[in-house]
Amino acid sequence: MQTILKSENITKYFYTPEKFKVLDNISFEIQKSEFVSIIGKSGSGKSTLLYVLSTMDTDYTGKIFIENETLTGLKQDKLAMMRNKNIGFVFQFHYLLPEFSCLNNVMIPALKLNKYSRKEIEDNAYQKLKLLGIEDQALKPASKLSGGQQQRVAIARALINEPKIIMCDEPTGNLDTKNTTIVLDIFKQISKELQQTIITVTHDNDFAKASDRIIEMQDGRIL
Amino acid sequence: MNFKNKIKLNVDFEIAFTHVLAKKKQTIIVSFTVAIGIAAFIFLNSLVAGFNRDSDEALFKSTPHIRIYVDDKISQTLISDTSNNSISVITNPKIINENKKLLNPEQILKEVKSVENVTTATIWLNVNVFYNNGSAQVNGSSSGVNINEANEMFDIQSTMVEGDLHNLISTANGIIVGVGIAENLNVKIDDNISVVSPLGIVKIMKVVGLFKTSNSVVDKSKSYMNLSIAQQLMAQGPDYITDIYVNVKDPNKASEYISELKAITKYNAEDWKAANESAEASKKTRGVMMGSISFIILIVAAFTIYNIVNMTVKQKMHDIAILKAQGFAGNSVVKIFISEAMIIGILGTFMGMILGAVLVKALSKVYIGGDKGYFPIQFEPQIMFMGLVVGLIVTLIAGYIPARGAAKVDPVSIFRNL
Repeated sequence: MQTILKSENITKYFYTPEKFKVLDNISFEIQKSEFVSIIGKSGSGKSTLLYVLSTMDTDYTGKIFIENETLTGLKQDKLAMMRNKNIGFVFQFHYLLPEFSCLNNVMIPALKLNKYSRKEIEDNAYQKLKLLGIEDQALKPASKLSGGQQQRVAIARALINEPKIIMCDEPTGNLDTKNTTIVLDIFKQISKELQQTIITVTHDNDFAKASDRIIEMQDGRIL
Repeated sequence: MNFKNKIKLNVDFEIAFTHVLAKKKQTIIVSFTVAIGIAAFIFLNSLVAGFNRDSDEALFKSTPHIRIYVDDKISQTLISDTSNNSISVITNPKIINENKKLLNPEQILKEVKSVENVTTATIWLNVNVFYNNGSAQVNGSSSGVNINEANEMFDIQSTMVEGDLHNLISTANGIIVGVGIAENLNVKIDDNISVVSPLGIVKIMKVVGLFKTSNSVVDKSKSYMNLSIAQQLMAQGPDYITDIYVNVKDPNKASEYISELKAITKYNAEDWKAANESAEASKKTRGVMMGSISFIILIVAAFTIYNIVNMTVKQKMHDIAILKAQGFAGNSVVKIFISEAMIIGILGTFMGMILGAVLVKALSKVYIGGDKGYFPIQFEPQIMFMGLVVGLIVTLIAGYIPARGAAKVDPVSIFRNL
């Protein structure tokens, strides 16, 4: 097995309304193609941990590595480039750009990466949409789709740059059972067939049970 | 939006373009505000430029760009300044009643003409005279000139209403008078009048031409005669010259040649701006007035852009957060929103340039009569260009401030607060 993500002694405080230790000395490793769920009660620090791991939140002590590369202490621009290349995001609210078509929403991170030609990116985006079974919606404006469809577009967007890790914050929090099952199946498929790592924060215990590993948090610590 | 048609456009710009295009109505209204600002800027500045050019042209019909003459001297005490413990000498310095004659004028003229950027230069002698015909008398001032050079400088030919300028060359005692003088003396072409100088010298002269300027005071007092006659009226010889008039390529740079001309001629030189300070002052007043009005209008336009970009940033907090999560760095976000401001600004600036040009064109067709004819305004490429530059700079600043705010958006706080 190959370690893809490693955290060492991550500690973080919130300062408002008063000083509060939200993450307490967290260390763990996640392997390549693992499908990991982070669960815990509200306020256990699971979302905070995800945002620290995502490199968007840099206000912590400790160290984070992706494939043995230290991310802690890098400049914001470097981190942005790193996220673009290595991390895909799926959020509870799908956060598609409403003015763009689904296809363009999926293409944007790849256009930013600027590694392939527009034609290749477009073909690739179609492929991802097909993988998620919504290629027929490709040219519709993002705002015209149902919630489940929008979430699938968001997953396609997270996959477009073939990132090593996909991070999800309550990806099914806003979906009905049917769509939850679809998303879960997709995640399993991605981690097993495409060898991508999935880290998801969730409230949904059934969803968590279906994943490879559950990390449970309480009061800023891993149980 | 179909992206296929726009190959190799930067993705930041694409997002900006899509945002702007998604709100066509708002984009058009804001860019129209900018257009009005730029049009006002162009129109008001063209108005000032036209006015100034017109008044300069009127001025240059009788005033040279530079005049070279003998300066008055103040008498000096014979005893040099006394030191502390000696007797104080009270003096009463006065202007020395010295000859105003320029020494060796032909040589000076030749040297002045060889100076770079000097277009024309001519010798000049003004004489105060009385024009008499029978008992009718008019006082005024006559200029003893080399008529060809004088014409080259002041375009006297264009003011001639009767007779020919060149008759002065063939008729030694000819005189060209203003129409006001001719009317008051009741004379026509080829009539004789007598001209009396302050020294009491009388010359019988033949009217060979009449001119009419825009200024009736000039028409009632001014005349041109041959230099030699003017010299005789002053009881002086053929080398008596008091002034050399000089025109240069760009009258606005006349002052730059002053020191050079002073050094060459060893006499005093004065440019038209120094000689007409009040005209310069009113020109500046006009510039400041119109400048502040157009400035205020531009500020309003800038605020509209600022406002709209600021609002877009506020509305698009989630979009900014998601873009940042996907790896858009802070300067990419700045680029997106500056591009939005620039799209609106460029659209507005070009519409403003067209609108400004239309206004200028329309006003230039308005007939106001008098010697001005049509309203003195014309298409000024320089001001157009300035409008373009000002429009783009204002947009850039108005867009940069909210764009910088967008770059500082913290995605985590946006995601968490839902």
